[in-house]
Parts: sequence; structure tokens; C-alpha cells
Amino acid sequence: MKKWIAFWNILAKDMRSYYLKPPNISWGLLFPLVWIAMFFIRSGLGFESITGLLPGVMALSVLFGTTSVLSVTVTFEKKGRSFERLLLAPISLELLMLAKTTGAILFGTINAFVPILIALFLTDLSAVNWSIMVPAVVLIAVSSTFLGLFIAVSVKEVFEAQTFSNFFRFPMIFLCGLFFPIASLPLVLRPLSYILPLTYGVDILRGAITGKNSMYLGLDFFVIIFFCLVLFFVTLKNINRKWIT
Amino acid sequence: MRMQESIQTTGSRESLIDVTNLTKTFDDITAVSEIAFSLKKGEIFGFLGPNGAGKTTTINMLTGLSRPDAGMITIAGQDCVKYPKKAQHLIGIVPDESNLYPELSGFDNLCFCAALYGMRKQERQERARELLEKFGLKDAAHRKFGGYSRGMKRKLTIAAGIIHHPQILFLDEPTTGIDVASARQIRQLISDLNSGGTTIFLTTHYIEEAERLCGRIAFIVQGRIARIDTIENLMQQTQGRHVVQFAISDNTAGLCKNIIAEFQDLQCRPVAGGVRVESSRPIRVGPLVRLLEDEGAEVSEARKIRPTLEDVFVQITGIEAGMMKQEKEKMKMGGES
Repeated sequence: MKKWIAFWNILAKDMRSYYLKPPNISWGLLFPLVWIAMFFIRSGLGFESITGLLPGVMALSVLFGTTSVLSVTVTFEKKGRSFERLLLAPISLELLMLAKTTGAILFGTINAFVPILIALFLTDLSAVNWSIMVPAVVLIAVSSTFLGLFIAVSVKEVFEAQTFSNFFRFPMIFLCGLFFPIASLPLVLRPLSYILPLTYGVDILRGAITGKNSMYLGLDFFVIIFFCLVLFFVTLKNINRKWIT
Repeated sequence: MRMQESIQTTGSRESLIDVTNLTKTFDDITAVSEIAFSLKKGEIFGFLGPNGAGKTTTINMLTGLSRPDAGMITIAGQDCVKYPKKAQHLIGIVPDESNLYPELSGFDNLCFCAALYGMRKQERQERARELLEKFGLKDAAHRKFGGYSRGMKRKLTIAAGIIHHPQILFLDEPTTGIDVASARQIRQLISDLNSGGTTIFLTTHYIEEAERLCGRIAFIVQGRIARIDTIENLMQQTQGRHVVQFAISDNTAGLCKNIIAEFQDLQCRPVAGGVRVESSRPIRVGPLVRLLEDEGAEVSEARKIRPTLEDVFVQITGIEAGMMKQEKEKMKMGGES
């Protein structure tokens, strides 16, 4: 029970201090709005095209929502040494890092539903398979958050966290099949697409919203869960190696 | 030899912390080398040494923030090298720099720290109020920690360290870089905590502070413990020593060298505003004043002084304590705002 009091309070503090701040909320709303508008105008089609845009916009909202805040806040706390306070608390490292990441996962998941809310007013979403879409959004949020954590542990400065995040994020956007189908990518780049968790997340979302997934959904879920576990445990190992010297 | 004596007593039942052959190396630098000591329940144990001596590295290993390369740490019977988390609920830590959350208020910081130890809401709020009152921070309870003065930050950091009623409190340089009044208050708080039963591990470079607060002291230099003993035993080393301090308004550079060359039974070292001369025999002041004046120094005062723990420290480690203090103050002023 005591460790869950610690878990809940770490999560609540992070939500209050970082995620529920006006700049983050406005970023969380503005970002999907701009992406929807951009894709919509570019497509030149009617509101029906919004369904086709949703998987990409949702995936981007989650990716940016999770990695931006988490990698920066963890680096910031590490630099200010307040993270030491958490490492000295009598809770396991696994639980501590779950507490630190749950805020980002929730924030990313909520971000993903902003485009859905907008789309609800503009188009018919009755064909959406919610029982597949919701877990897919959560898994994209988890994998992106753990990627953010991996980045945070790899750097020392806040600006490095931002730069390093972009180093991963932008190639991911172009390689995960959002803008171009993976099949149309140069042969040499295709293997890279398949080692990105976002590729599988986007495929599940596409399947859930438009029914046009390119891979078997079971495989998509398996691979993205595998990525989440690998990223989490590799990051824990890195924390043990780098922060508990 | 005294260190060995300490090791032999570490097995006693009243020991709360036992450390044996603790070693830590960073790349090619040995930060801590085969140190051994024990802390008895209810004592204030001082850990004294210059910058880079290995004080903070030792605290980090004891608290689980750093892994030793070799050696044993036992806290309240728990093997803290194998299971560093097992004793963390027993210990409180006040690091050398305040590391609370600048965006939270003093009250919220304390409540958050209490929650990390699993304290329930009502319990942690009551404890936070009690500590804010005790540390004279009641009026600043709802102000953001980032806006506190340096002294207030130190006090709240100590309050955060004891929020969960730890059995052992690690204090790393608690009074460095803060004003005299706050430092005095903090020393009183440390003393009160100890009277209440908290065992205290104190690192400091203020030798007079250690002398006032601690029962036993370890001198650590270049990662090795030079000496561990009680204040009484350490001070006995100064018995039969005679010390005279000359106040000199000019530059004292080179004066000690000339004094030692002329009077071979004397030891001399520069101190702030003059030189300090020591001997095992009574010191004749006249010839010394003449020598100093012949060297062009203007002597305004010659005062016989009682030898202090600082003299013992200098004697054992060969390190000038005043310089150590100034160096640390400079670092602190530059590092913490």
C-alpha cells in the first residue's frame, strides 16, 4: 500500500507540475488541430477524407505529446538533482519509472483523442472499431513514452533531450508509413521502417479506423508490445548503469 | 591503528551502520579507498575532509545512490550493498545542495517527500505543518521553494530529510554558504534531533562545527581515513602543546619559513591575519617578535591560544583547515543560488 501512495503522488505531482500546465494543454490541442488542417487542405478532398487522415494525426499527436514533455522533465529533474530524491525513496526502480511515465502515457492518450473529438463533428465515425483503436492508442503512447525515457537517460542537458528527441521523431514520421506507404519507400529504407514501433501502431490505427491495415493486426500488437518491454527494460538497465554509478 | 580499533568494535549490537573496506573508483581515480567505520545508535558522527576527499561519495554509497566497487555496508543489520533499497526507509538524506522542487511550495514539497515514504495524506500534512513551525518557516509555507533564501532552502531541505522520522540522518555540508544566524539555527536543530534519538552522520569542513556537535570524528583525506576518534581523545593530542598566534598586518608570505629556520623546535603555519606558532615547550615571544620585525612585519598582537580541533586536524592531515573552508565557500557561492 505504501509504495502505491508514493506511485500515485509522483504521478499526481508530475501531472500538476508539467502536464496540466496551460502551455502543454494548448500545445496538446493546437498540435492536432494544425495537423488536421494541414492534411485536410493538402488533400483537397471533402470531410470524408478526414477518416483517412485520422490515424496519422492521432499517431503524431501521441508521439509529440509524450516524447516532448517526458524527456525534458526527467532531464530537468536529473540536472536539478531532485531526481535523486526519487531514487532514494524506498520504492523499486521499476515502480518509480512507471510512476514517472504514466503521466506522459495519459497525456499522450488524451492528445490522441483531440483529433477524434474534432472528427466526430465533421464526419461519420460509425465504422471505427473502438475496441482495437483504444488499445492501439495506449500502446503507441506507451512505446513513445518509453522512447522519451530512453532519450532522457541517454543525455545530460535539457537541450540535448530536445535535439535527440527530434533525431528519432522526424525520421519516424517519414518512415512509419504515414506520408508514404512503406512499399513505395526505397528498398534500402524499408528495413528501417520495420524496426520502428510507430509503424505497427499506425497500421493498427489504420485498420481500426479505415479497415485498410497492411499487416496482420495480431502481429502489429505483438511487435509493439515487444518494443514497449524492450525499451522499458533497456532504459531501466541504463538508469542502473548511468545514474546509480 | 585507531581505525583498526574501530573496526573491531563494529560488531557490537549498538552499531547502526557498519562499513568495512569500502572502495569506490571512478575511471582511474580512487575516490574512496578501503575505509571502515561504524556508527553507534544515537551518536553524531563527523566526517571531515577537504574537497574531493571522498565525503559525498561515501554518503552516496551508504544511501544507495552509488555502488561500491568493494566492501560491505550494513545498516540496521541489512546488507545495503546487495539490497540498497532495504534500509532506505530508515534513513533521511540532506544533500550538499538543496534539491527540492522549485515550482512547489514549502508545504507541498514536504507533503510530497512524505508521500515518497508512504505516509497517508492526513499524517503527512500534520507532519509538514509541525516541521514548518519547528523550522520557523510557517509564514513561508505556501510560497514557492524557488523563491526561498539560501538559509530557508537549507532548513526546508533538512525538514524534508526528517519528514518520515528516520533513524539515521545523513547531513552533507548542512551549513555551507548560509548566513550566520541560519547556520546557528541549523546547528541547534541538529542538536535537538540528536537529543530526540536520531543518529546523525555529518560531513562538514567547518571543524569548529564538528567540534561543537559531534561525539566522534573521522578525518578523511584523498579517499582514506586518516583517523577516527572521539573529540576527547583527539584533543588529548594537543595536551602539552603551546600555541601563540601573532597578528600581522602585512603579507605573511615566507615568514613561517624564516621562523622555522631560526627556531628549529617550533612549528609555524600562516593563518588568516597572521601566523600561528606551536611547540611542545613554552614559547618565548620576545625573540619571535624581534625576528618578525626584522623581516619587516608589523606585529600588532601576540596571543597565547588554546589548541583546537583544527590544530589536531592540521597535525594529522597536513591540510590547512582555513584554506579548505574558503575553497568550499567559494564553490558553494558559485554553485547554489
